[in-house]
Amino acid sequence: MKKPPVLSRAAARGPAPLRGKRAAHLLPRARLGGPMPWVIAIMVALTVLAAGGGLALDNLADRARGELAGSATVQILAADPANRAQQAEAAADLLVQDPAVAGLALVPQDTVEELLEPWLGTDNPEDAVPIPTLIDLRLRGGADQATLERLRSLLADRAPDARIDAQGKWLAPVLAALSALGWMALGLIALLAFTGAAAVWLAARNALGSNRDTIEIVHLLGGSDHQIAQIFQRSILFDALLGGVFGLAFGMVAVWLMGAQFSALDSGLVSGGGLETTDWLVLALVPAGAVALAVLTARFTVLASLRKML
Amino acid sequence: MSAPEEEIVRFDNVGLRYGTEREVLSNISFTLFPGRFYFLTGASGAGKTSLLKLLYLAQRPSRGAIRMFGTDVITQPRERLPAYRRRMGVVFQDFRLVDHLSAFDNVALPLRVSGVREADLLGPVSDMLEWVGLAHRADARPATLSGGEQQRVAIARAVIGRPDMLVADEPTGNVDPDMALKLIRLFEALNRLGTTVVVATHDVHLLRKVPDSLIMRLDKGLLSDPTGALRYPPRRVGAGE
Repeated sequence: MKKPPVLSRAAARGPAPLRGKRAAHLLPRARLGGPMPWVIAIMVALTVLAAGGGLALDNLADRARGELAGSATVQILAADPANRAQQAEAAADLLVQDPAVAGLALVPQDTVEELLEPWLGTDNPEDAVPIPTLIDLRLRGGADQATLERLRSLLADRAPDARIDAQGKWLAPVLAALSALGWMALGLIALLAFTGAAAVWLAARNALGSNRDTIEIVHLLGGSDHQIAQIFQRSILFDALLGGVFGLAFGMVAVWLMGAQFSALDSGLVSGGGLETTDWLVLALVPAGAVALAVLTARFTVLASLRKML
Repeated sequence: MSAPEEEIVRFDNVGLRYGTEREVLSNISFTLFPGRFYFLTGASGAGKTSLLKLLYLAQRPSRGAIRMFGTDVITQPRERLPAYRRRMGVVFQDFRLVDHLSAFDNVALPLRVSGVREADLLGPVSDMLEWVGLAHRADARPATLSGGEQQRVAIARAVIGRPDMLVADEPTGNVDPDMALKLIRLFEALNRLGTTVVVATHDVHLLRKVPDSLIMRLDKGLLSDPTGALRYPPRRVGAGE
């Protein structure tokens, strides 16, 4: 019989990652793979949709708030047209001199009647109900309550029928609804992340069970927990990358198509909810988050299971 | 009186029970020294496999102390145990080859675990397969190998990293007498290179095949010392009582 070969004392070396294709083959691919890329693809696509919707709503609310933040409307509610015109003129004179007022515009009566036409008809609506005169105000420091109170006091003597309201007040319920939808999108993203992590946890547990013999052998040959966890991480990394790319592509196309559909509505409010370049970049980061979540979940699941072994 | 040898393993009053059952091993105390060849004998069910599991750190004892390579391994944190396992080679009774890996990859496994680069694997693994006479079956999966071939792959895997200690559980249990003798010669060759060898077997004929071996005998979970293997200095077979 031949003499045994002279071998390097490899076993004395410290733990190192199991590298290369052959290390990945320690776990049969089909056992850990299976439906996992598709589950991750669906999770990523739904997260991209939810995040896209949330970002669009956020943009919509921001734009609406920005436009209305320094705006207020003065309504002269006097019933007598002559008295109303006199009060409007006096109010405009007083307001234009106030340091808080950046600018004002008297809304032409024709414009107001045009706005009311769907409800009051075209036959001289002034005869049916008194139509208030409107002054559009732009304020320097925002339409806060203190400024509005001061302007009300300013007008109390010469325009007693004037009523001043911040324009943001009219849209407050809409903004509140948009905010609620935004929070819902965030909640949906959190739920999807939790569901994705749970799916990876189940897959990792299943793979651990299916590969228990191999893991025990690697463990008894001196493989460390981190080395064994790396095998699973590597496997789930490829699944997550594959699923992430498919999910991102599907989600991005869906968000883009939805955006195009809403733009076609040509509504001022809705078209304000488009996505910026940074928003698209944020959406592109969703798969990276999914991959990180999947890899970390697999790692912690495997390490927790291995701790039960000696 | 000669200077005391450095011990490689020391068991002190070790007991092992599974769950709430009675102890399968009781009051086990012995010392193993480097470069020696030990046989662990006993009838089936005597506790040989349980003792080997303690030896290759697959099982924690219920009581007692175990020192290996100069360290109390019982109190070591578990993340330090792989370093001790890497100093041992184990031939399992049921071989425990990885089914979906080729003979080459099974033999290469300990080196990969130890972080040896792929480029550095080919030579030692090929040499080892040739040494056990399986160079021509390097790409074969375990399922396509005979019992004896699987046994030799398992042995090649156990010794590829040149362990300080080789532990083999019934390594000749599934092979014919000729192959059994060849395997024992493989262990002897490794032993001559300085590796401590512990072979569990119930084949009493095998014991005399290695003249310098020391014998530990297990009977119903209790260890006896027919050759003085467990005392210091250990006496050799044939040295006389």
